[in-house]
Amino acid sequence: MALCFPRLALEALLRGRAPSEGPDDLWAVIENRSVLVCNAAATAAGVRPGSALAAAWALAPRLRTLPRNAPAEAAALEAIAAWACQFTSRVSLEPPQAVLLEVEGSLRLFGGMGRLMARLHSGLAGIGFEALLAAGPTARAALWLARGEGETLEALPVCAIAPPPEALALLQRIGISTLGELMRLPRAAAAPRLGQQLLDDLDRALGRIPEPRAFFAPPERFRAQLELPAPVAQAESLLFAGRRLLLQLEGFLAARQAGVRGFALNLLHRDSAPTAIEIGFAVPRRDAEHGLRLLRERLGALALASPAEALQLEAGGLAPLAGTTSGLFHDAHSETEEWERLLERLQARLGGTRVHGLTLHADHRPERAWRAADGGEVLAAPLGPRPLWLLEPPRRLSESDFVLLAGPERIEAGWWDGEDVVRDYFIARTRAGSLSWIYRAPEGWFLHGLFA
Amino acid sequence: MAAPSAALDAVLLHHPVWRGGVLAQAAPQAVPTGFAGLDRELPGGGWPTGALTEILCADEGIGELQLVLPALAALSRAGSRVAWLAPPHLPYAPALAAAGVRLEFLTVVRAPGRRDALWAAEQVLRAGACRALLAWLPRTSYAELRRLAVAAEAGAAFTALFRPPQAARESSPAPLRLGLEPDGERLAVRILKRRGALLAAPLRIPIQRPVHAVGGALLSTPRTRSPAARPCPV
Repeated sequence: MALCFPRLALEALLRGRAPSEGPDDLWAVIENRSVLVCNAAATAAGVRPGSALAAAWALAPRLRTLPRNAPAEAAALEAIAAWACQFTSRVSLEPPQAVLLEVEGSLRLFGGMGRLMARLHSGLAGIGFEALLAAGPTARAALWLARGEGETLEALPVCAIAPPPEALALLQRIGISTLGELMRLPRAAAAPRLGQQLLDDLDRALGRIPEPRAFFAPPERFRAQLELPAPVAQAESLLFAGRRLLLQLEGFLAARQAGVRGFALNLLHRDSAPTAIEIGFAVPRRDAEHGLRLLRERLGALALASPAEALQLEAGGLAPLAGTTSGLFHDAHSETEEWERLLERLQARLGGTRVHGLTLHADHRPERAWRAADGGEVLAAPLGPRPLWLLEPPRRLSESDFVLLAGPERIEAGWWDGEDVVRDYFIARTRAGSLSWIYRAPEGWFLHGLFA
Repeated sequence: MAAPSAALDAVLLHHPVWRGGVLAQAAPQAVPTGFAGLDRELPGGGWPTGALTEILCADEGIGELQLVLPALAALSRAGSRVAWLAPPHLPYAPALAAAGVRLEFLTVVRAPGRRDALWAAEQVLRAGACRALLAWLPRTSYAELRRLAVAAEAGAAFTALFRPPQAARESSPAPLRLGLEPDGERLAVRILKRRGALLAAPLRIPIQRPVHAVGGALLSTPRTRSPAARPCPV
């Protein structure tokens, strides 16, 4: 199967930007002062690939242009290949604009060609690419069908297979316009006139000559960068670009059948150090939507000093993810799973130390007889009665504020670590009628707890 | 008769028609409070789930936590999670453990601001992964409470909001509101609002007080009023 990206040059530069409606949304990529590729709105305005820049501006004065960035295109193609590894392990790059997948072995898993194509379309749209898909018996046939947007090889126009210019000119002169007509030419006579290369390509497409391909090897670590066409300061726009990257990460992880324990998003600025946002998970995860929710909380709390020009997502430390077979996670309904997601959401916004469990700790000093942690040793209950509220720190009391009811319970501990405590604890009733746990130390009386 | 019946079913399905017969099933399960006298007076026979319960407390330290503690202990022993949101003080682990609460099912969430607390409350309720939420939200508007009430309906958690007594003058979407006052060694619980007829007289709930637990063997009752007469530890 071939995935062909006719607008790759544009999408590689522009996919970090949320699409907006309106007359200003005309974009084109320029090479050698002529339009290389333009978006749908620009096409509607009459701009065509190949037209001169001056002519394009005459047709659409609001056309915004970007210079071609070949390294970004190559990186985008590799990102697509890494993402597509979730569908098959046999992915091959076909620069400059196509990726080939060997999907014959995966068709049953994904429910047939139609469903697989639908998933590829929607998945690619999620990471910001529009693809022409075509399936064929050989890689080259699929590629030609995708480029020529045709149903069968015989009906494809000869220009779809990109023959050498002199061969194309000859074919036009003798009235050969489709591949079917080309195939019917006598080979012995055609080879010296059209070149052996063209006929060999035709044989490869028809499967008469094998065509070995090098398969794409996805990288060990995930690292992707997304340029923003215009600097962005609002969190909502950053989230759109962040979602593209997270979906890309999800595909990468699905290919590995793995999850990550966290990711780092760097916002790159023009003239200051990058802003790093690190998000951690309690358990390895792959779900892009969950990562996006955590990211939304963090971005909402973030005040950007200067607008971001690019986003960089990095994730390492892959961990195997059990029990799932695809990147769609919306079947996770168990209570524990929901609970862990909730804790991650709360921690992402409020900070890790503000969400904690409680456990007992073996220490006679009341303020140290607990720990903010999950699990731990559980000891026998302490000797005396203990209040349900503990005040942190203890509040100083004057002697007229309370009436003693019971006590004392003497607590003398901590001489070994320099934080020694010498206190007599009493239960007292305050004027308002509350029962409180107070203590007397050499410094005076203190309220330490409330029997709520 | 098949066609009219189907039409009727369609009407009943797609329009909010109240039917008396389904009320018994639709009534959410209640969590027993652990106080028989209180259970008798609460609709459903316990703390409501999937709805807000407001506890308006005259002062701290009158036994307000003792009122919900038996329910929390039972929930945690059954393996249900309990969240404490924005508590005014530290929930003290040794006392909770002594009351029979399994600490591994408790989570404390501290919110730096009022907005964060409301956000966290909504998140906890919407996640539906937690069977009880105790939240301290002193200043909350009607609209904010309404939002929480809708979130509470999404889950099945016992949701107790602890609020100051002044809140009794404001209207609230919570179907159950209790006012607490100290009453000697007991707790006077006034049912300010419930589904059904109002209860005029306050309930006197026998709660655990530390002076009972002391017994006399462990701690001696100080005879003198003045703490100055006590020996000072050095």
